[in-house]
Amino acid sequence: MDASWFVVLSAFIFCIGAAGVLTRRNPLVILLCLELMLNAGNLALVSFSRMHGSLDGQIFALIVMVVAACEVVIGLGLIVAMHRRRLRIDVDEMAQLRG
Amino acid sequence: MSAGSYGWLVLAFPLGGALLIALGWRLLPGRSAGWIASGAIFGSFLSAIGALFALLEREPEARAVTSTWFSYAQTAGLSVDMGLLIDPLSVFMALVVSGVSLLIHIYSVAYMASDRGYARYFAYLNLFVFSMLLLVLAGNLILLTVGWAFVGAASYLLISFWYRRKTATAAGMKAFVINVIGDVGLVIATFLLFSETGAVDYAGVFDGAAKVFEPGDTTLVIACLLLLVGAFAKSAQLPLHTWLPDAMEGPTPVSALIHAATMVTAGVYLIARTHPLFELAPTAADVAAIVGTLTLLFAATVALVATDLKRIIAYSTISQIGYMVLGVSAFAYSAGLFHLMTHAFFKALLFMAAGSVIAAMAGRQSIDAMGGLRVAMPLTFATFTAGALALAGAPLTSGFFSKDEVIAATLDRGGLYTVLAIGAYVGALLTALYAFRIVFRVFLGEPVVEARSLARGQLAPSRHENPATGEQEDTDVGFPGPEHHIAERERSMAAPMGALALLALLAGLLGVPAVTHVVDRFLEPTFADSQYIDQTPSDGAAYLGLAIGGALSLVGIAAAYLLYVRRPALPLVLRARFARTHRLLSSRWYFDELFDRLLVRPTVAAGRFGNAVVERFLVQGALVDGTSAVVRAGSSAARAAQTGQVRAYAFLLILGVSALVLYFLSGSV
Repeated sequence: MDASWFVVLSAFIFCIGAAGVLTRRNPLVILLCLELMLNAGNLALVSFSRMHGSLDGQIFALIVMVVAACEVVIGLGLIVAMHRRRLRIDVDEMAQLRG
Repeated sequence: MSAGSYGWLVLAFPLGGALLIALGWRLLPGRSAGWIASGAIFGSFLSAIGALFALLEREPEARAVTSTWFSYAQTAGLSVDMGLLIDPLSVFMALVVSGVSLLIHIYSVAYMASDRGYARYFAYLNLFVFSMLLLVLAGNLILLTVGWAFVGAASYLLISFWYRRKTATAAGMKAFVINVIGDVGLVIATFLLFSETGAVDYAGVFDGAAKVFEPGDTTLVIACLLLLVGAFAKSAQLPLHTWLPDAMEGPTPVSALIHAATMVTAGVYLIARTHPLFELAPTAADVAAIVGTLTLLFAATVALVATDLKRIIAYSTISQIGYMVLGVSAFAYSAGLFHLMTHAFFKALLFMAAGSVIAAMAGRQSIDAMGGLRVAMPLTFATFTAGALALAGAPLTSGFFSKDEVIAATLDRGGLYTVLAIGAYVGALLTALYAFRIVFRVFLGEPVVEARSLARGQLAPSRHENPATGEQEDTDVGFPGPEHHIAERERSMAAPMGALALLALLAGLLGVPAVTHVVDRFLEPTFADSQYIDQTPSDGAAYLGLAIGGALSLVGIAAAYLLYVRRPALPLVLRARFARTHRLLSSRWYFDELFDRLLVRPTVAAGRFGNAVVERFLVQGALVDGTSAVVRAGSSAARAAQTGQVRAYAFLLILGVSALVLYFLSGSV
């Protein structure tokens, strides 16, 4: 089976994730979309790994999952912290870095 | 020792004295600074005498010694030595400068005794004498320029010596600026002569000029006129004379030293020194002679009506230097220089006596406030009268022989110079008149309060005020000291005045026509190359000139006696009758106003314009504020990009990555 279909699918999923990150304001959904993007990347890595008959890509995918888990921990932690300070759960409100 | 070594010693003494006093002034108690300075000048004077004898030992043709210490600059086509030229002219000048300076130093020891800036004064004074000696001994035009500029700087320091007096600092600045105008003329003339002749040492320039230039060459005339700009600025000739009367703001011995005996004669020296050039460019010499004559007439008329004692003498200095310039420009070099010497004696004397008078008047300088000082100040009266007789050219005094030698030589040239000689005779008459106007108004007549109290043995207490403006002053450093000193009570003031009085009366005997020609003979080797060396007036013409001059002088003195002693009301009548003339003269022919209108105000206006337009608008507005406005606009644009919204950053990030990806993809196809 040709690996290019998997790559195309991964590109689609990545674009859906990116669009979600750009358009949604709820941090939870943004985290979900980020997860989509990461997993699209994983899919591409695994596809290329199979295409070249090398295991390197699959190991990369495992590492990305670890990174994704860490990121989710930090992201959820931030959301909890926002909730505790009774801030609105909306990324556009978090604009204090404006120049 | 050789003449060259003596020359260096002449310079070393005053420089050493200046440094010693300047560095060690804290350790010098009482009047010791004054005596150290006087000793330094005495050493210089002795060295000058040594140089004189070293020269006299040589054959007359070999009496020009160059002495080089080191080579200052040696590049393609240019060779400047740190070198002196010891010849009769420079030794003559060195003797006059160091001799008169010595007496003035000794006078100053007492005169300045209570001034808080005592050591500073003598350091300046020694520096000044060093500069002047460097000027006259310099062996090339570059070193001459160095001495020339040093003299200007030292005179600035001395004129502004009482630096908390606004009038004094303004006068110092004026003198400095006008002197710098002269420096510029001298420097450009040096460039011009170097570019044409390829040399800067005197012998090289003169030899080169004789080869390069035809007589009357335009370039040479321009170079000589530029030299004259320098000479006129230093010697206070029209129209660059305005600094000298103002320079009377300095202490009186300074006036005696700088503005009578030494600095102002530098221009005369320069013309005499570069005489081979002027003989090749007779047009420039004619210009100098005409300016000299106009100056001597102008200054004499102003001196007739001026009321400030020191300024009258200052104008008489300008006038007498006019005679010297006329003399050296009429190629009667030894006559001009002889007058330079006698003038140094009697003018220094007049200033010293004036200083004593001003001290007795507790700092007042207006002759309207003086009178009848004869009884209280017999010594000052006697010496001042001796000086005034010499200034007036009364028969057998020094001024009689020297001034009339100048005029006789001028008359002998004929043509245009006949007119100039007649002008000089008119000036001589006026000179006698104003010289004795001072004597009669200050020393004769009804004694004023100060004169009466001094006759009882009580010196009037100082006023502590600026004599020009009447502003109150204290006696701390930067203002005159608390006490005044008069010649009758200070031996170190009386001795130099007595010596100068003898010189003023008797120095003329060095140059009696057909009898003694000491100065002529001595200076002859320097001017041996002159084509006019043999054109001296016949003895008959010289004696006729002496007779006319002596008669005019006696007429002038008699007129002064009539006007100021016999009929004191007459001057007032004349003044009312010729009110406009009087106003013209007492405003000094409006020269200061003219310069104010022509130069000062346009300069100030240009400065204001520059401030308003260039500085405020262009520099401050466009450059400084413009730069910051550009930076501010740029940074506010950059700030606007920082929205703080994560999604916007993410969008930009993705946009960038997409652009990169597209770029590489399109490249790989």
